[in-house]
Amino acid sequence: MTTATQFDSLPTPATPTAGLVAIAMSGGVDSSTVAAVMQQQGRPIVGLTMQLWNQRRLPELQGHGPAQHRCCSLDDVYDAKRVAQHLNFPHYVVNFEEQFEERVVRPFVDQYLAGRTPIACTNCNTDVKFEPLLRMARQIGAERLATGHYARIRRNDASGRWELLRARDDSKDQSYFLWGLTQEQLSRSDFPLGELTKEEVRALARRVNLPVAEKPESMELCFVPNGSYVQFIESYSRERGVALDQHEGEIVTEDGTVIGRHNGLHQFTIGQRKGLGFAAGKPLYVLSIDPQSNRVVVGEDDALRTTVCELENVNWISCEQPGAPLRADVKIRHKHPPAPATVTALDATRARVTFDSPQRAITPGQAAVFYSGHVVLGGGWIR
Amino acid sequence: MNRVYLDFNATTPVEPEVLDAMLPYFSAEFGNAASIHTFGQKGRAAVETARESVAKLIGARAQEIVFTSGGTESDNHAIFGVVEQSLLPASLSRNSVPHIISTAVEHEAVLNTCQALEKAGSGVTYLSVDRHGLVNPDSVRRSIRPETVLITVMHANNELGTVQPLEEIGRIASEADVYFHTDAVQSAGKIPIDVNALGVDLLSISGHKLYAPKGVGALYIRGGTHLRQLLYGGHHQRGFRPGTENVPGIVGLGKAAELASKSLAQDNKRISALRDKLEQGLLARVPDSRVNGGAAPRTPNTTNLLFPGLEGEALVIALDLKGLACSTGAACSSGAVEPSHVLTAIGLPPEEARASLRFSLGRHTSAEDIEFALQVIPAAVAQLRELSPTYRREAAARP
Repeated sequence: MTTATQFDSLPTPATPTAGLVAIAMSGGVDSSTVAAVMQQQGRPIVGLTMQLWNQRRLPELQGHGPAQHRCCSLDDVYDAKRVAQHLNFPHYVVNFEEQFEERVVRPFVDQYLAGRTPIACTNCNTDVKFEPLLRMARQIGAERLATGHYARIRRNDASGRWELLRARDDSKDQSYFLWGLTQEQLSRSDFPLGELTKEEVRALARRVNLPVAEKPESMELCFVPNGSYVQFIESYSRERGVALDQHEGEIVTEDGTVIGRHNGLHQFTIGQRKGLGFAAGKPLYVLSIDPQSNRVVVGEDDALRTTVCELENVNWISCEQPGAPLRADVKIRHKHPPAPATVTALDATRARVTFDSPQRAITPGQAAVFYSGHVVLGGGWIR
Repeated sequence: MNRVYLDFNATTPVEPEVLDAMLPYFSAEFGNAASIHTFGQKGRAAVETARESVAKLIGARAQEIVFTSGGTESDNHAIFGVVEQSLLPASLSRNSVPHIISTAVEHEAVLNTCQALEKAGSGVTYLSVDRHGLVNPDSVRRSIRPETVLITVMHANNELGTVQPLEEIGRIASEADVYFHTDAVQSAGKIPIDVNALGVDLLSISGHKLYAPKGVGALYIRGGTHLRQLLYGGHHQRGFRPGTENVPGIVGLGKAAELASKSLAQDNKRISALRDKLEQGLLARVPDSRVNGGAAPRTPNTTNLLFPGLEGEALVIALDLKGLACSTGAACSSGAVEPSHVLTAIGLPPEEARASLRFSLGRHTSAEDIEFALQVIPAAVAQLRELSPTYRREAAARP
């Protein structure tokens, strides 16, 4: 007798329809399990795997032998195909290399070069998965797109709006990366794993004998082969004819004293300590990065703590842009515990966040996401 | 689900007669064709019969046929073989930096081989084509240099079906005393081929494009042509292409060549009528559609259509889900679609190249198949255009 999670314990979809559902499949265990879950719910499904990045590009970043265990490696595409074959549903590989480079990779590199610390996964969600991929899903006759994100979507009947919620499994929650989704995108998306823990997902995968049930998780940025984004930025820039070695500059303290030199702003992020040494016996941290003067400003830990930040490209999810300041718990990076704050909308795309107490290393390029309990109210990019 | 296959340029099914001919050579007659004994002799006889049949299909002599693993190997063998031979100390090569003339619309098996040689120091001229996909023979003539060792121009294009003016190019090559290779993977079995009329010295064939199995092909090497071998090993095929012969595959290719020789003329009439019906039907039923390369001589089975305002990739998937198989561009290893260098070469902007689809018919295509295609394609195009931001904009902008 097995104690494995039963499929019938799963929530029914928010809007039950008999129509075709497209599954965004990476070849990993999560999205493969989504396919199994949707199929078990009796939905006709079609798998789509995005080809996002040519692994043979930037060969200096490659180790020897074929690319393995990264997004867009052939292995992952074949894994997705094996799952589709195992569960017997149609599966296609679709080429979004151009869109991915234009909307994710290039902005990622440009942001780093401008002294910011971007989040590529958010752009990929907002501008690739839930934009051209969702459109392609609809073009091939699927009205909905299901993904392996750990988050939840529900319709609020009172407000008439689609809401984004944290995953039930807090340790896996990915709502921080999904704040950019529009009402239209949310209304057409399914996140069947939002109610499950990772262990439950693995158990489901094993129960239906998915060929990827034991596949290890990938944590790295999918297009950065060896985990070194600094190397990636340098190689990618070289390919574009930009020599980063001309970008060296000064490392200064808050009062402007030059204490060293650096080889490019892209090697630094706010709050970073590594490689900066000590001043008067106290460790030094990156306080700010100034692309104009090409300077990295360093100081003590205390100076990293600030209370206010401004946001751009703000997206409101559970409500329209609020007319009055709003109380919320605000998260400023993926692993940041949400902190109480007041959020004030400045105009249609900008907002100000004022935390009740100072937060460490509020970093331009990262996102601030506003929560009320489990509900994502909205979010924006930190300026 | 009823499935209709209109992608015969990608691959063809093995004909039942071909399969029947092959079957004994897997187990019953398993001998190594290189062995002296009776087991081996049966294999040898089968291979030589096949060689005769392949030679006959293209007007060659049997000893001018070398069996390979397929079109890609044949192309590599021909191109590397000529260029590397010209670099040997003993060769009569006129220059130490060999030059190749090719075209912008070749299959990757030729293009990437040329690019590899370019990296190794050879010079390559990639001739452009006109908007129908045709190479101008005069441009071949103008590109010949003293150090030119090879001209390689495909016979029929895989995406458009365009048939190149090989006779003229063959005369030019012969006058200049330069070897002439053609990738005939998409023409063998579809249109008549006579290596002497075409004036080619080397010609590549792939089995699975003419109802033989995958993994077998042939290279025609005109008697007296000097080229270095690609593989080294035993003495099979006179040492020129070592490796134990793939007897069942070779028998299959031989049988397929025999069938093609017999039925080619009749097939062509029937298939080109169906192709024209499909083409005219789609042009009439899908607003703004166009034929790519339609004004050039084409293989009878191929049509390449442009449906402005949509992503061909999405249309291929939508059609497959409805039971119709066709293709856009050339498939790559993962199955994802890459932008077509052929459509770019005939002058299509990227968005039109991406909005083009290839339908290729075959010996098994029926009138019902075409009826089915004429029903599902216009509906699918309409559905995709409905969700296409660009097409709606274009349509709205019209007076």
